Amino acid sequence: MIIDHPLLGPRDASEFTYMGDAKLIDRPDWQSQTAAQEFYEYGYLRDNPAGWHEELWFHEAGDRSWLVVTRNTVTHDISKVELARDVARARGRSK
Amino acid sequence: MTQVNRLAGGQIDRTKTCNFTFDGNPYAGHSGDTLASALLANGVRLMGRSFKYHRPRGVLTAGSEEPNALVELRGGARQEPNTRATTIELYDGLLAKSQNHMGSLRFDLLAINDRLSNFLTAGFYYKTFMWPAAFWEKLYEPIIRKAAGLGSLSLKDDPDVYDKGFLHCDLLIIGAGPAGLMAALIAGRAGADVIIADEDFALGGRLNSETLSIADQSGADWAAATIAELSSLPNVRIMPRTTVIGAFDHGIYGAVERVGDHLHTPDANKPRQVLWRIYTQKTILAAGAIERPIAFENNDRPGIMLGSALRTYANRFAVAADKRVAIFTNNNDGHRTAADLHAKGVKISAVVDVRPDAPRSMDYEVLQGEVVDTKGRLGLTFAEVKLADGSIRTLECGALGMSGGWNPNVHMTCHQRGRPVWNDGIAAFVPGADLPTGMIVAGAANGDMSTAGALKGGATAAKLALGLKGRLPKLPKAEDAPINLKPFWYVKGCSRAWLDQQNDVTVKDVKLSHQEGFRSVEHLKRYTTLGMATDQGKTSNMGGLAIMAELAGKAIPEVGTTIFRPPYTPTAIGALGGRHRGQEFHPKRLTPSHKWAEEHGAVFVEVGNWLRAQWFPREGETTWRESVDREVLATRKSVGVCDVTTLGKVDVQGTDAADFLNKIYCNGFAKLAVGKTRYGLMLREDGIAMDDGTAARLAEDHFVVTTTTANALPVYRHMEFVRQCLFPDIDVQLISTTEAWAQYAVAGPNSRNLLSAIVDQVISNEAFPFMACANITICGGLRARLFRISFSGELAYEIAVPTEYGDALMRKIMEVGAQYDVTPYGTEALGVMRIEKGHAAGNELNGTTTALNLGMARMVSKKKDSIGSTLSERDGLNGDGQLSQVGIKPVDPNDPVPAGAHLMDADGPVDAAHDQGYATSACYSPHLGHAIAIGFLKNGTDRMGERMRLVSPLTGVDVQVEITSAHFIDPEGERLRA
Repeated sequence: MIIDHPLLGPRDASEFTYMGDAKLIDRPDWQSQTAAQEFYEYGYLRDNPAGWHEELWFHEAGDRSWLVVTRNTVTHDISKVELARDVARARGRSK
Repeated sequence: MTQVNRLAGGQIDRTKTCNFTFDGNPYAGHSGDTLASALLANGVRLMGRSFKYHRPRGVLTAGSEEPNALVELRGGARQEPNTRATTIELYDGLLAKSQNHMGSLRFDLLAINDRLSNFLTAGFYYKTFMWPAAFWEKLYEPIIRKAAGLGSLSLKDDPDVYDKGFLHCDLLIIGAGPAGLMAALIAGRAGADVIIADEDFALGGRLNSETLSIADQSGADWAAATIAELSSLPNVRIMPRTTVIGAFDHGIYGAVERVGDHLHTPDANKPRQVLWRIYTQKTILAAGAIERPIAFENNDRPGIMLGSALRTYANRFAVAADKRVAIFTNNNDGHRTAADLHAKGVKISAVVDVRPDAPRSMDYEVLQGEVVDTKGRLGLTFAEVKLADGSIRTLECGALGMSGGWNPNVHMTCHQRGRPVWNDGIAAFVPGADLPTGMIVAGAANGDMSTAGALKGGATAAKLALGLKGRLPKLPKAEDAPINLKPFWYVKGCSRAWLDQQNDVTVKDVKLSHQEGFRSVEHLKRYTTLGMATDQGKTSNMGGLAIMAELAGKAIPEVGTTIFRPPYTPTAIGALGGRHRGQEFHPKRLTPSHKWAEEHGAVFVEVGNWLRAQWFPREGETTWRESVDREVLATRKSVGVCDVTTLGKVDVQGTDAADFLNKIYCNGFAKLAVGKTRYGLMLREDGIAMDDGTAARLAEDHFVVTTTTANALPVYRHMEFVRQCLFPDIDVQLISTTEAWAQYAVAGPNSRNLLSAIVDQVISNEAFPFMACANITICGGLRARLFRISFSGELAYEIAVPTEYGDALMRKIMEVGAQYDVTPYGTEALGVMRIEKGHAAGNELNGTTTALNLGMARMVSKKKDSIGSTLSERDGLNGDGQLSQVGIKPVDPNDPVPAGAHLMDADGPVDAAHDQGYATSACYSPHLGHAIAIGFLKNGTDRMGERMRLVSPLTGVDVQVEITSAHFIDPEGERLRA
């Protein structure tokens, strides 16, 4: 596979490490009333779609960017590649 | 023996004779021959024995689809089993042996299997060797494996080098026949970066095997002229002997180039094979087509082969398979074979055509009918023909060409789950619409079976692939014969008629498969083994499918095909591995003191990719324990030094650096003073311990974090995940500095005295107390870092210098430390000292343990958010009955306390239900004079002094032990604060 890195252009998938569902960005608030339940769901529940899937890839043998890659798990087509940091900000995360 | 079957003409180089040996007999052929063509030239038709029935077999084909003529090529370490005689380029001194027989090839003792064929049908093994179950592994399987099989391995190391390479192009063309060459010509002239690859050593595809002309040249001459022009274009890369083995995601193709396989001994300075990864924008698949046989009784005798193979041997290799040849065909292609052979002076016994409207000939007899049986023990002698009127006619012939139509080579179109579609005009599957990205199919691979069709298809594909404007150039005039074919798969009433010669699958087996309910093509394949092994059914699958379709009363496209998967042809594991084997399987990382350690006789151990000194044996020491005990005692007595460069180091800088550490460690770092170091425990989000290390605050906004050696990479990855994905606005930068700094642990009561002689600053206990850290200089100005941290439990420091000074610092420490008898120690002594001190390491941070288990529950701060803090509070990880870290010592000091053994109540039963815990790390403590261990015990902190049993039923260990504190030495920590 080839991943079109937003900063570096097309790179071979062998340069990357795969982590999984990009929902891992949405880490719950530790002070929420239902934090235990939310962290359980965050840690253990995943969708396993046959089709489009947003997932986290780490450019380990490259610039060390975490990327959100929108990949079709059936065809391996990739429709979008974003910096995970941008996605995280867009989802309201800060520091 | 002379080359009795050699004809005139051909594309072999008669000036170069190659002497070779087959089964110990000497023969001669020419450069340009394959092993198969040279054997046929010498009158050798028998080349092997079949897989199951040990039937005598010769070649079926003249290409990589060959199921039968598999040989062991070369000898010694280079012996290669299951090599196809049809693709082996003849070289002088070639050595080959037939395989899969007991006794000689001509008198194979296992040919008895053929007599037992009524029993050895599909599913025989499943049905027969079911009872008693224990017999399968010990008795049946070894015998069956010995009897049924292919060639044998040398069992020696492969002496050759294999390599991997990467290529990029605008257009990859797979196959250099008329379609591929025409596409390359147009794309090459248009200036595109083109790669054209072909599995054959001679480019031209079928043009080399036919007498057809292109414009006013022979096809072979046109191919040669085209290749000459392509060679002159710098933007075209021509790759003969290169098989494209698979179409992968996003326009990536795998290809194996056989660089040295055609040489007697591969060039020592070149890899034998190269596995190329080709990145391309567009691909033209011009892989041609493969002719298919017809099933009739005893259609597997040596001498019976594809009609197209007969033509290839005659036209390209100037070899007649025999003096007398018959043809059995269902289409006009069989007549082309007869005409070519007749023109070369070969006697045509007859052309047997199933069609009533077969073309007539003035030169040889054409019979309407079917071949119903053959004779000849080790090679064909007669063919029996049933004529249209029902009468039987016997033909004398030593070779019989089968022409059942052609199957386009659709393999590569299906590697991305594409499915081929049925084409009635040629009675074959052609590529479907769901091709891999960027692929266009041209020529015979696309079902265009004429030369003119191939040229036009190639030209059109190139234009389309590159988006070229304007009209196609005028193409040379070429053969454009229509297809005239009557689908005909097998002769009615036949039973021992071979579909798959490689796996000995007959028409009868397919019928049995249908009868027993294995009707889907995937079941048919697995039940009968149709289409398995090295040829992957290239010549056999269609026949099997067609018969199954007929039995099931379905049309062939309804039955469908099995899935085509890479590789297209068998690929050596060596090529897939490339240079990644043995020591080169992964990178070897050496510490800065490696050379010094080698000079001092260190024994090394692999830790991750690192080679670390394990211990330093001295003269007179006969066991490793002697060396390790000495290193431990000397360190605890005076001073020792150990290279700890391999520990991961991460530089953390930024205004939010302390906040960041608060997130990744469960314990707090915000209040850590500048100039201080703190132990940190890192949890996974699920509350399980992930790694531990230290963080040293060198400035308000600058920390140096250490990780364990094994986790350096995953921890860094995790830290970047937290930084980028969870807290994207946090002002922190991370960089791995593991390789930038050489670091040594200097431990023992004399460590301060030793380092004072090297460090430029004062490092008294007051000036540089326990857990202090600082940027310092050494040896009069070299920048360095000093940390007062201790893994051994002794007064200890870790000192770091830029890597390039690591070797010099090690030598300096040894020189300055001579007065204190400084002792270098390795990872074993390091391990002994940390177990004596009760420090957790990888065995304790084993992916199942929590902070609570490790005795660090109070470290998990409730006042802040950190990774893993929320889930570490889960009920299941807390409360009564949790494991906690303890020390374990034997009641009898002579007993061992091995790691992995389990703790049981002294008077309780020994079983999993009563398991109380287990030992994780164990060693002999030279300090205490007996074995010790640390481990985990249920409610362990409340059970100090309890006597238990430590058992390992597997290794026969059952000893009485006492539970103690894990801190076997200096539990109050006085030494490290001294």
